[in-house]
Amino acid sequence: MIKAILIFNNHGKPRLSKFYEHYNEDTEQQIIRETFHLVSKRDENVCNFLEGGLLIGGSDYKLIYRHYATLYFVFCVDSSESELGILDLIQVFVETLDKCFENVCELDLIFHVDKVHHILAEMVMGGMVLETNMNEIITQVDAQNKMEKSEAGIAGAPARAVSAVKNMNLPEMPKNINIGDISIKVPNLPSFK
Amino acid sequence: MFDKNLQDLVRGIRNHKEDEAKYISTCIDEIKQELKQDNIAVKANAVCKLTYLQMLGYDVSWAAFNIVEVMSSSKFTYKRIGYLAASQCFHESTDVIMLTTNQIRKDLSSPNQYDTGVALTGLSCFVTPDLARDLANDIMTLMSHTKPYIRKKAVLIMYKVFLKYPESLRPAFPRLKEKLEDPDPGVQSAAVNVICELARRNPKNYLSLAPLFFKLMTSSTNNWVLIKIIKLFGALTPLEPRLGKKLIEPLTNLIHSTSAMSLLYECVNTVIAVLISLSSGMPNHSASIQLCVQKLRILIEDSDQNLKYLGLLAMSKILKTHPKSVQSHKDLILQCLDDKDESIRLRALDLLYGMVSKKNLMEIVKKLMLHVDKAEGTTYRDELLTKIIDICSQSNYQYITNFEWYISILVELTRLEGTRHGHLIASQMLDVAIRVKAIREFAVAQMATLLDNAHLLTGNTQRNGICEVLYAAAWICGEFSEHLENPMQTLEAMLRPKVATLPGHIQAVYVQNAAKLFATVLKGQEGTTDGTAAQDASQLFIDRLPLFVQSANLEVQERASCILQLVKYIQKLQQKDVEVAEEVSALFAGELNPVAPKAQKKVPVPEGLDLDAWINEPPSESESEDEQPKAIFAKEEPKHSRPRHTEVDEKELARRREARKQEQANNPFYIKASPSSQKVYQDGPGVEHIPVVQIDLNVPLKVPGLPMSDQYVKLEEERRQKERAEKKKKDKKKRKEKRSGRGKKQYSGPESEEDITPAHMVDIVTEEMPENALPSDDDERDPSDPHKALDIDLDKPLADNEKLPVRSHRAAEAQKSPTDGETENATMQEPKKKGSKEKRGKKKDKDRDRKKSKEEKKKKKHKHEDKEEDLLGGQAEEPVLQSEETSQVAAPSTSTTAEVSDLDFWLSNAPVPSNTQEAATVAAAPEPSVTAPDSEPEEPKDTGMEEMKSSKHKKKKQKKEKEEKEKKKKKHHHHHRHSDGGGEESVQNGTVEEEEPLPPMSNYCLLAENSYIKMVYDIQGNLQDGSQVVVSVIFENKCNSFLKSMEFNVLDSLNSKLQRPEGSGPHDGLVVPFQLPPGVSNEARFVFTVQSIVMPQKLKGTLTFIVKNEDDSTHEKLDFKLHFTCTSYLITTPCYSDAFAKLLESGDLQSGSVRLEGVNMPFHHLLARICFHHHFSVVERIDSCASMYSRSIQAHHVCLLVKTSGQTVSIDAKCDEPTLLGNVLDEIKQTFSQC
Repeated sequence: MIKAILIFNNHGKPRLSKFYEHYNEDTEQQIIRETFHLVSKRDENVCNFLEGGLLIGGSDYKLIYRHYATLYFVFCVDSSESELGILDLIQVFVETLDKCFENVCELDLIFHVDKVHHILAEMVMGGMVLETNMNEIITQVDAQNKMEKSEAGIAGAPARAVSAVKNMNLPEMPKNINIGDISIKVPNLPSFK
Repeated sequence: MFDKNLQDLVRGIRNHKEDEAKYISTCIDEIKQELKQDNIAVKANAVCKLTYLQMLGYDVSWAAFNIVEVMSSSKFTYKRIGYLAASQCFHESTDVIMLTTNQIRKDLSSPNQYDTGVALTGLSCFVTPDLARDLANDIMTLMSHTKPYIRKKAVLIMYKVFLKYPESLRPAFPRLKEKLEDPDPGVQSAAVNVICELARRNPKNYLSLAPLFFKLMTSSTNNWVLIKIIKLFGALTPLEPRLGKKLIEPLTNLIHSTSAMSLLYECVNTVIAVLISLSSGMPNHSASIQLCVQKLRILIEDSDQNLKYLGLLAMSKILKTHPKSVQSHKDLILQCLDDKDESIRLRALDLLYGMVSKKNLMEIVKKLMLHVDKAEGTTYRDELLTKIIDICSQSNYQYITNFEWYISILVELTRLEGTRHGHLIASQMLDVAIRVKAIREFAVAQMATLLDNAHLLTGNTQRNGICEVLYAAAWICGEFSEHLENPMQTLEAMLRPKVATLPGHIQAVYVQNAAKLFATVLKGQEGTTDGTAAQDASQLFIDRLPLFVQSANLEVQERASCILQLVKYIQKLQQKDVEVAEEVSALFAGELNPVAPKAQKKVPVPEGLDLDAWINEPPSESESEDEQPKAIFAKEEPKHSRPRHTEVDEKELARRREARKQEQANNPFYIKASPSSQKVYQDGPGVEHIPVVQIDLNVPLKVPGLPMSDQYVKLEEERRQKERAEKKKKDKKKRKEKRSGRGKKQYSGPESEEDITPAHMVDIVTEEMPENALPSDDDERDPSDPHKALDIDLDKPLADNEKLPVRSHRAAEAQKSPTDGETENATMQEPKKKGSKEKRGKKKDKDRDRKKSKEEKKKKKHKHEDKEEDLLGGQAEEPVLQSEETSQVAAPSTSTTAEVSDLDFWLSNAPVPSNTQEAATVAAAPEPSVTAPDSEPEEPKDTGMEEMKSSKHKKKKQKKEKEEKEKKKKKHHHHHRHSDGGGEESVQNGTVEEEEPLPPMSNYCLLAENSYIKMVYDIQGNLQDGSQVVVSVIFENKCNSFLKSMEFNVLDSLNSKLQRPEGSGPHDGLVVPFQLPPGVSNEARFVFTVQSIVMPQKLKGTLTFIVKNEDDSTHEKLDFKLHFTCTSYLITTPCYSDAFAKLLESGDLQSGSVRLEGVNMPFHHLLARICFHHHFSVVERIDSCASMYSRSIQAHHVCLLVKTSGQTVSIDAKCDEPTLLGNVLDEIKQTFSQC
């Protein structure tokens, strides 16, 4: 079982948090902080497994993470999951994001956290791995987006125009954002499939 | 329209870095306004923003109702936003959840698969017990949805439903099991996932699924599924070692053939689990261990830190049972200790435990001590500390040759600041000082130094666990004070005012042991004329103790005031020049020996003693004053204290006293008055293992200041050298006496008595736990663990009170398998009763009843209810129900044992017709003994497959046999024989029939064979898809070379086509997903699509493969003809007699018949053969006449009426497809013509 999936950046800012067990908001924030603390002090070329923190899990749980440019992807899993399998799943997740957002970067996650959630929902459900085949995931996500578009139809057009105008009015937008490309090609990836 | 959307919110927050909180609070106000509007689009937008704020840590539960509103929008866009918000912030105590039940149900049954999907995803995050109960049945229906996308989600969510509503597990389980063979890999994977998760918590309930998983393991190519299954097997093997034996081979094959590291690693892990479960040394498994260790070494040596980590992790599992194989890789593991990665160092530390020997212990510990000095984080340092102690103390200090060294190590460890493990060090100090007599003098000296420098340890008492060692130091100094060089100095150290800042329990020990020291001081002064030292000591006490008398700690206070009064009295006597030393020391006479923590529990109950029985007849029991225990007893139990009891006469009392003494003398744990009686236990095992160092007088015993362990490393080396020299001189016996003086009490008479207790300890440590104290799951489990509720026997047939609450009628579904049928019935019989609290309560009661009672009576009662409900429900579409009544009476009692013995059968090594013979010949074999040549399972793998098959068929057959309930008992006998027999007799492979065992049968028949490879195959219809059949082919490598790159190809006909993966051409071969080492066989499955199934058909095909020898490799090919018989399109389907009758009456069927002459076999054998080879099931059997039924994958009904008289068998048949019928009959005839 996967207990939680967290994405945060190099400064510990949460970009996505998905808990498959209920915690109240404060505990969730503490967990994110603790996890960030544990993960961020590790060197780049050490192993990607970490005995779980105190707040989440316990001895049976492990943190499995990958670090891509500015973002950490952390999965908290118990012993029923294969460590290398989860690493691979993270890779699939990121590659899927890359496909869906076309060269994904931290900004995409910042502004479209809902979409990230929807993509994740096609991969992991209630803490269990639902689908690992990237094509299948993308097919389902696309089909749902298409539905959303068709529903928006004419009614949605003005709203889209408004948001286009808003974006135009903000030329400074990229200024205060650290954009780092999420490099997708990770060496030493254990062959899984 | 100009409201802020999510992007605007995010942007806004980013632009208000300084006053983020303020900005967000204004945003929340805006959101509240938006939520008040009627426009659902505005609401959805607001909810979307709330979801984001929730991630930032804001409580949004106040908007729960609005979230529900958005969830119930008819537009997918908003619905999705609503469900996402709900999944992020709803939980069990969210009260609006109960409003969602109907909405979710509506979404689940929506024609749009994505509405359903979104609802399922959301529900998986916030399902509550109520939702689970109300929706379980809807979700179960979705498990058979036409879209795999929904099926897989429905299957996965069932796990959550089970957790919240455990009653749903049993009714849903058959369908879940069925999904293991779903044609869609995603659904299959989901089902495996759920069952693995369930089985991980309660493995024993899922043992019966082992054959099915075994089949999946050998046929699946999905690594995710394989990993899950292999992990599951790892959990199952400890429960069933025979399973392990079966697994070794296929797992080894996988290890050899897979390129995926993750799979390789899990295989190695499970092989290790198997080896652990089989640890009773199977010699031929050393190869497997070697293979594992070898592969792990490769992982550890890999530059990828992840593989290194996992390699070490797995290695530590091997270490427990096969330390030798790990030890050879010591170099590698020591190397990992220096790794920069802390996780890897920790794993390497775990392994060190098994690496040490007498020779290298000091060296390794020295290395660890260096790490301790360097370690920055306290966690890692604490870990190091515990590891050092673990390593040194393991198996009774087996590897320690010099205890002075060890004591100095312990003392050095006390210098660690802020460690949590002070008590650990303390207990080690105590243990060593008490058990290793020779070291006491040295230990006392060291402890005295520690006490003297106590201020170094107690810098920060509050958070410093290290002061615990003072507890040990004080006790050792007090207890063994006769070894103290300067007792006065130590006494002074122990009574310093600063001591009062120590924790209470330590102060108490200080005070008590100060008194012991006092006794020693007095004794030391006795001989001398000068009594000032003794008087100084008394004065010291009188000055310092009042501080402790004021202690807030009761223990300290009590001890201090006692001792203070005592010392005051002694001082008076001293002033009168009275000799008191003798009497004061008498207070502390005798040795305090350690008692094992569990000693009391371990006292065996003497034979013939019933602890629950009355000692005397209750009315005649007397309350005698001189029997102290009895008096206590009587006080506790007031009803016995009535003075009406008769007095027990003196003789009787004397006799009892005698008896009690006898018993005490026989009781090893009773503390006896005379030391002689202890001799009984002196030769407990393990005593010799405690090496005791004879202290070499060349070693300076007193080291000034704190000791340096390094010194001892050097000294020890010298000592060893010297010893080696001595060894040559001295005869063996003497040396032994010297080295293990304490252990070998027979050589050292006077010492022996004190040695007993530690020896005792040893005895207890290695003692086995009593039977009922075996570590059971319950002990370890947290009572609040939700999985505890899922510990449910799944093999028991379903009782009708276990049905899931159903809301409405459901269309009758065709029965697919007997178990499934039961579920189906169960769900359908339940009339609408959802939501009714009363009923629920009643149901629970019934549940409870069911658990308690297993009497047939009860079941019959249920049967009646069943029938009534059925009538109420008026679901006449399912005529099966009535007839079930009769059949089920017999079923419940047998099916559990049937399942178990099926598994037994599968697991036992009983020979089964292996595919080395053509199936036809096997079928023709009239005597079981013919199988003798097959009984050496050279290819356990093959037999595995075979057994699996036959057991599967057998299961079906048993189901049918249950209907013939009159044979129930006999069958039972057979089962027992199967499970007891243990393996070798060939009778066992006979299927479970009454009267006499059946000859072995196999459906695998030869496909093609040459000098390299042999292929046998079997064809089975696919239940889910009417146009698919699955061909299972077992490839067996017959030569001594490696076979690889096998490609399987057939020439498609118009009617039948091999299913190839997308993107490959119509003439491409399929790659067989494994390689074959010499002598190994493996099974692969190929799916064919067929259009018409009424005619048998042959397909030509080729297998190409590469034969790889050591130096060359050749391309080979083998042609074959795949024969699709009509039988292979039939699927064993149970049918009840009334349904059968209706079918015959319907008049839609056309008839045919066949006569078989000269059939010389019992009728039940004949039926079994038809069942087995042609996939029929017996509907009813009356004497020498039986009706049978089967169904084709395209839903043709085939009905047979089989009659026998003498050697003639006539079969009348009816079927809705005459061509099919004709062909099936021909095939049946063919089968029997070979007999």
